[in-house]
Amino acid sequence: MNWIRQKIDQIKEPFEPGNKLEKYRPAVNALDTFLFVPDHTTKKGAHIRDAVDLKRTMITVVLALIPALIFGMWNAGYQHYTQLGENPAIFEAILHGAYKIVPMIVVSYAVGLGLEFAFAIMRGHEVNEGYLVTGLLIPMIMPVDIPLWMVALSVIFAVLIGKEAFGGTGMNILNPALTARAFAFFAYPTYMSGNKIWVSEASNVDTISGETILGSLAANKEVTYNAAEMFTGVIPGSISETSTLCIAAGALILILTKVADWRIILSGVIGAAAMGLLLNALPSLGVEGNGLTNFAWYNHLIVGGFAFGIVFMATDPVSAAQTMKGKWIYGALIGLTAILIRTLNPAYPEGIMLSILLLNVFAPTIDHYVIQGNIKKRHKRLSMKTVKTA
Amino acid sequence: MPTDVKIKKGLKLNLKGEAENSIEQAQKPKTVALRPSNFHSLVPKMVVKEGARLKAGDEILFSKYSDKTRVVSPVSGTLKEIKRGAKRKILDVIIEADDTFEYKDFGIMDPLKTDSSEVKNRIFSTGLGIFLNQRPYNIPANAEDTPKAIYISAYDTAPLTASFEVVLQDKVEHFQTGINALTKLTGGKVYLGVDKNSISFLNDIENVELLTISGPHPAGNVGTLIHETEPMNRGERVWTINPEDVAIIGEQFNTGKFNAERTVVVTGTAAKNRKYFKSIIGAEVSSILKNDYEENSRIISGNVLTGEKIESDSFINFFSNTLTVIPEGNEHRMFGWLPFKDNNIHSASKTSLSWLFPNKKYDVNTNLNGEERALVVTGEMEEVMPLDILPMQLIKACMAGDIEKMENLGIYEVVPEDFALVEYTNTSKIEAQEIIRNGLDIMITEVG
Repeated sequence: MNWIRQKIDQIKEPFEPGNKLEKYRPAVNALDTFLFVPDHTTKKGAHIRDAVDLKRTMITVVLALIPALIFGMWNAGYQHYTQLGENPAIFEAILHGAYKIVPMIVVSYAVGLGLEFAFAIMRGHEVNEGYLVTGLLIPMIMPVDIPLWMVALSVIFAVLIGKEAFGGTGMNILNPALTARAFAFFAYPTYMSGNKIWVSEASNVDTISGETILGSLAANKEVTYNAAEMFTGVIPGSISETSTLCIAAGALILILTKVADWRIILSGVIGAAAMGLLLNALPSLGVEGNGLTNFAWYNHLIVGGFAFGIVFMATDPVSAAQTMKGKWIYGALIGLTAILIRTLNPAYPEGIMLSILLLNVFAPTIDHYVIQGNIKKRHKRLSMKTVKTA
Repeated sequence: MPTDVKIKKGLKLNLKGEAENSIEQAQKPKTVALRPSNFHSLVPKMVVKEGARLKAGDEILFSKYSDKTRVVSPVSGTLKEIKRGAKRKILDVIIEADDTFEYKDFGIMDPLKTDSSEVKNRIFSTGLGIFLNQRPYNIPANAEDTPKAIYISAYDTAPLTASFEVVLQDKVEHFQTGINALTKLTGGKVYLGVDKNSISFLNDIENVELLTISGPHPAGNVGTLIHETEPMNRGERVWTINPEDVAIIGEQFNTGKFNAERTVVVTGTAAKNRKYFKSIIGAEVSSILKNDYEENSRIISGNVLTGEKIESDSFINFFSNTLTVIPEGNEHRMFGWLPFKDNNIHSASKTSLSWLFPNKKYDVNTNLNGEERALVVTGEMEEVMPLDILPMQLIKACMAGDIEKMENLGIYEVVPEDFALVEYTNTSKIEAQEIIRNGLDIMITEVG
């Protein structure tokens, strides 16, 4: 290992403080710290520190995303070949998916990390690791046929407007990955919704429609998939959102490592189930409802982007509520509004994106009231005291 | 009937390098130093000049703002040097110690049979008041105040620290007298925190409200005891004092002599001779440690969570009873950021497998294990914060210098050491204790 270390130190020499290329140091450091945890030591206070750092936390999220990503690649290939009437081998399907998806990931990382590095150099701080997750999430929630330049543009919008404009990592109000998707959704609606975009190269095939389940329900069409297919995810949809099974595996990793807060996930699922049950009960109350409201509540949890959103996007600690009680409220409201938007607004057959963005905006308000609770307790204690001594 | 103080949140750190329970007489230090920076916010005015002859107990300096906040000499000897820094700020007052000490005689006094005001006057006029620290802010106690209570924690739950059952074993009588004197300073109670799982002579101390402590660190922090018994409100004053300093006060009442004996425990894996040493407040480090430690190591006056880094030719801090020596961690670790790699480094996070072995003892060094980042992860600070405080919100309020918010979120109830574990476990590697200290300093200047 030592000779690698020496080599790196040699390469870093011109970037050290006082040397010519000093201002590009954050960029070089970012690369170096991926090979080696730096030799930095504590200065005062706690002289010893926990083994965890932000890199480790972010890489854990990336690991949790892998099952859904691999499945997404396979499913992209599988949906593509089956619409042509072929029956692909697993490897063949993954290969087709990778051919579509890997370039998207490369574009997302290249553009996004390029911006992150530029901002780090400009502002003179180290490169934050958050984009490792964001950069992977963005392609995973896009339709498979989206042009690469649109991915690039969405990334630029998300990083510049969604994150850096607010002061960078840790300061953003909205989840950057969802900001990217929302941008693409409103800027290029024809590429983001409809019935020809969810299956790879479906627009080249005339006869077959690869609509999502929610899309079909909104159009009052019959759904031909059974619950097992919805759960395993062999259905059309955005790249990695379809398999509740793989998402659950990711959720398990996140919850066991405590990287994502289980409170948000659990309360989100409870909120969505509650809204689903309520809507399912409409006919017995004498309201007719529509195809989406009458869709069984448990099916609502396993189709569309709900599972992916609540596990990987709602739990983003920066844009979520930050207090413990706040997290319960935040998660539950996401679940409730996601299903509400999904069923009652025909223009948006998927509601999770909008509901998370909406609650991102309200998270500080939720926290504000939780914090006020803590403050009130303190004031009450003081006033009790003054009454007693008076 | 003792009151139980039991907390669940916190972190018990099992570290290698504990000291054995035996006491040895340390070599007599050639020099000792008083360091005004050990008394936070105190602006020193010197009473004596370089070259002055001193007895143990002679006044050396006092606070610019209160002449009753006095620091007296722990040894008899000659004032060798007043070390000054920028703007002539006094850094160290170095005294060359005599071989045999001469003590100033303060006369014998039984605090229980003496009037409160006389006891208080004696404590503050003879320099014993400097042992008392005021909450909020953790600054020297003001002689004009009457605190609502006085707290002593004789159970240090921080890793690699002294056991007061060892430190106080032959000072029980003085300790009791010291407690008796303290009861005269407050209209309220004098609380003494002890380990619930260990019955000792400390349980038989009289005139105190006994608190039996159980739970992980920071269960034994004075801040935790205050919070669990009589939480601080705006405008209130509480005093705290270390157990051995109570014995010093007691001895001064019992014998009339200021005997600044400090039992220092030497801990940490890089220290070779780990035991308790009887030394003197402010003694030079070399008189205790000699050269019995590894190269490339850090000497800390205090414990690994809250202590201060000092040099080997320096002096132990006034309030410290611990010298911790651990290896410096100035080395690179390849791919160390991978989850579940390097499980031999302790982590409170579940991204390491170290949680599977709760009883394993860990080797520690001073590596930061990462780099400082923006605050991203939420919820982890709450895991190690037993007080009813929103830690992240309070830290942010301190960073922003928002006085009203700090007050509302409970800045009066905390001191930096209450945030030591937050600092240890934090993913973003922020210096939480420093941030809280700065917040407290803002409150001192703005509110007072």
